[in-house]
Amino acid sequence: MSDTQLFEGAGDEEIRRPLMEKVIAISFIISVLGTVGLGVTYWVGGQPQVEGGFLFLALGGIGVGIVSWGKYLVPQGPYVQERHEMRSAPEDVDAMHASLSRGLGQVGRRKFLLRLLGGAVGVFGLINLFPFLRSLGPVPGKSLFVTNWKHGSELVTADGRTVLASDLEVGGVMTVFPKGFEGEPSNAIDQVILVRAADYDLVTRPGRETWGPEGYLAFSKVCTHAGCPVGLYQELTQQLLCPCHQSLFDVLTGATNVFGPAPRPLPQLPLYVGTDGVLRSQAGFDEPIGPGFWERGA
Amino acid sequence: MSTLEQRAVDAADFADERLGVAKFARSSFNKIFPDHWSFMLGEIAMYSFVILIFTGVFLTLFYVPSSHMITYHGSYAPLRGQKMSEAYASTLNISFNVRAGLVMRQIHHWAADVFIAAIVVHLLRIFFTGAYRKPRELNWIIGSSLLILAIVNGFIGYSLPDDLISGTGIRIAFSIILSIPVIGSYLAFFVFGSNFPGTSIIPRFFIIHVLILPAIIAALIGAHLAIMWHQKHTQYPGRGRTNRNVVGIPFWPAYALQAGGFFFITSAVIAALGGFVQINPIWLYGPYIPYKVSYAVQPDWYMGWLDGALRLMPSWEAVFGPTYGGHMIPNVFFPAVLLPGITFGLLFSWPWIEKRFTKDDREHNICDRPREHPVRTSVGVGILMFYIVLFLASATDVLANTFQTSLNLVLWTLRIMLFVLPLVAGLVTYLLLREMAAIPSIGDPKIPVEIRRDFDGSFTLAELSIHGEEEEILELPEEVAYRSLVGGHGHSAPSMDTNGDQSSVETSEAGDDHGVFEVPRD
Repeated sequence: MSDTQLFEGAGDEEIRRPLMEKVIAISFIISVLGTVGLGVTYWVGGQPQVEGGFLFLALGGIGVGIVSWGKYLVPQGPYVQERHEMRSAPEDVDAMHASLSRGLGQVGRRKFLLRLLGGAVGVFGLINLFPFLRSLGPVPGKSLFVTNWKHGSELVTADGRTVLASDLEVGGVMTVFPKGFEGEPSNAIDQVILVRAADYDLVTRPGRETWGPEGYLAFSKVCTHAGCPVGLYQELTQQLLCPCHQSLFDVLTGATNVFGPAPRPLPQLPLYVGTDGVLRSQAGFDEPIGPGFWERGA
Repeated sequence: MSTLEQRAVDAADFADERLGVAKFARSSFNKIFPDHWSFMLGEIAMYSFVILIFTGVFLTLFYVPSSHMITYHGSYAPLRGQKMSEAYASTLNISFNVRAGLVMRQIHHWAADVFIAAIVVHLLRIFFTGAYRKPRELNWIIGSSLLILAIVNGFIGYSLPDDLISGTGIRIAFSIILSIPVIGSYLAFFVFGSNFPGTSIIPRFFIIHVLILPAIIAALIGAHLAIMWHQKHTQYPGRGRTNRNVVGIPFWPAYALQAGGFFFITSAVIAALGGFVQINPIWLYGPYIPYKVSYAVQPDWYMGWLDGALRLMPSWEAVFGPTYGGHMIPNVFFPAVLLPGITFGLLFSWPWIEKRFTKDDREHNICDRPREHPVRTSVGVGILMFYIVLFLASATDVLANTFQTSLNLVLWTLRIMLFVLPLVAGLVTYLLLREMAAIPSIGDPKIPVEIRRDFDGSFTLAELSIHGEEEEILELPEEVAYRSLVGGHGHSAPSMDTNGDQSSVETSEAGDDHGVFEVPRD
């Protein structure tokens, strides 16, 4: 290191840029002012825009200052350095191979113990995997096939109010639940959209002659595509729209999927009007509601 | 020596006497980093991650990961008296009551969006310059894994406020898990702890979001950097740049100052975004109620391609047998499970796919110029176009509204564009690059000329010299000194030919006798 000759022309000389020094000094001062401003803003109660602005000045001042320092006040070279090839010297590679095989030989000759070890680890992993997964949650069982709708379920609104046959005007729409299940979490599965069509004797499909008393049609509100609530009703076209992925369902033909990615119609809930004027379901859905899953077919 | 210098030297001595750091530190201080703006993209990603950690820690102090339903009595009047989860209520609290809470939340959200954007652009830079080739395939794998983890953690974090929009997103996530053949329904129930919605998903998402995934991401970023450090950065071709050297600025002080300062600049920009540009105003969306839904909502940008794929998918699913007793591969499986599977499968295996065609097993430390590799570049542009169309498709409803046209037209246009545009873009790119290759002086720097009019009215033309051509490539003073000290071939300057370089023969005495239990060179 004593040989000063080595440093000749190596760019280690003092860099003089008074203007840049001023710029950097100003950056740091701006940062200090920004930080003080931030402190004051915080002290008096805070306000997001002002905080963001002062944070910008505080951090940006430091950043611009340091970067300019690193770019204009210290030697930039460019300097050159050799690269190593990644692979090691052949001697080292040989030694690695030798020690690797020697160790493998020492362990591998006890084939019986090796298999036993493999078995022990494998069994440990496998047997413990099941209780771990099972602790996370219940097995689905039949729960994807059923809802809480059954024969005679009273239709109620989200706040538990009973829905009467006189509640909806023609063209009206509301979300209903089976009585007793209007709260969390069952309302996610049991939600049904109730619309009233102009035609009181409307039959959406053959075999559903009695399902829509006085024009009341009820469909599962869970989209058959990805499970979003089919929340929008376009009265003019009598269509239900799922706002997530723009699937359209035609109400008058039994919520048939007419547009978008939804692969199946919304299941229809058969209704009747009780003698007390209350809307009730004749039975549960005749197919699983919502998006598809492996255990169901068409 | 100034006192500061003396103290630093003393500290270095302290460390060296206990840890022997001098050798590593010496070569690290003098490490050369090639300089180019495109090398900052990965830095932006890393710095965004640091910002995410800082702001995220702040948010955890106030966020309550619980789906327990309460009635809101807080300071945001329009929602008073509404039923909502504690998670949502605590996010309202962060936004309106915690000092600097809203700005922190918005900085956190912006940093997440910038994090993933920087990863994607960084990935494109690596792809189009061929910087993933040997010996950097491992870092390509790590980087691609980081992209997946960042997207997943972004989605999970976005879900935590439990507002109407993110809750709907969780519902879709449940349906996507549910769609996996054979194990889907079990998996969905295990992840959610019950049928949708259950009460476990928010606390589970929380611990995944704040502990499990950040720990893995941090570890992978560490590995990513260590490998980059060890292999030395790639550089662009240029005067004096070869496959066997690296030309640029030294780590200490030039690079350290520039990179360190750039952290503050990145933070400053994200802080400004967080302060001035509103993002995810969850109080306007309302709490998540499973039977409610909002209109014209899009997910965070990095989920756009998946949302778009869900929308463009035709209404088809694979059905085997009757409703009860049959089986089904549901519609969402194809765009939301199969497509990402293929996407990331292709991404991970790309270096090996290319190797199969090029049969190239050499080390590459010089980046390619995209125009010199028309096949790779046009394939890349085509694939990129595919995902851009999917991204646009996540806004079908907005597009239809904006252009006052039918959703049907938008959907079918995008379905056709999804397959036609990538082909067109790839082909156009290929033809352009072929044409560029035919131009002899392509890529040469343009030499500025000076035109002078003399007093007699005649014009003369003179070529000006370019600054870059006068640039002299130097050797680091410390390297020169070290070389003279140890005699000609220091450890950092191995001979240029590939394998049997002399220095390693001399230094590894234990080479021949296979004395593997001895630590060589000690």
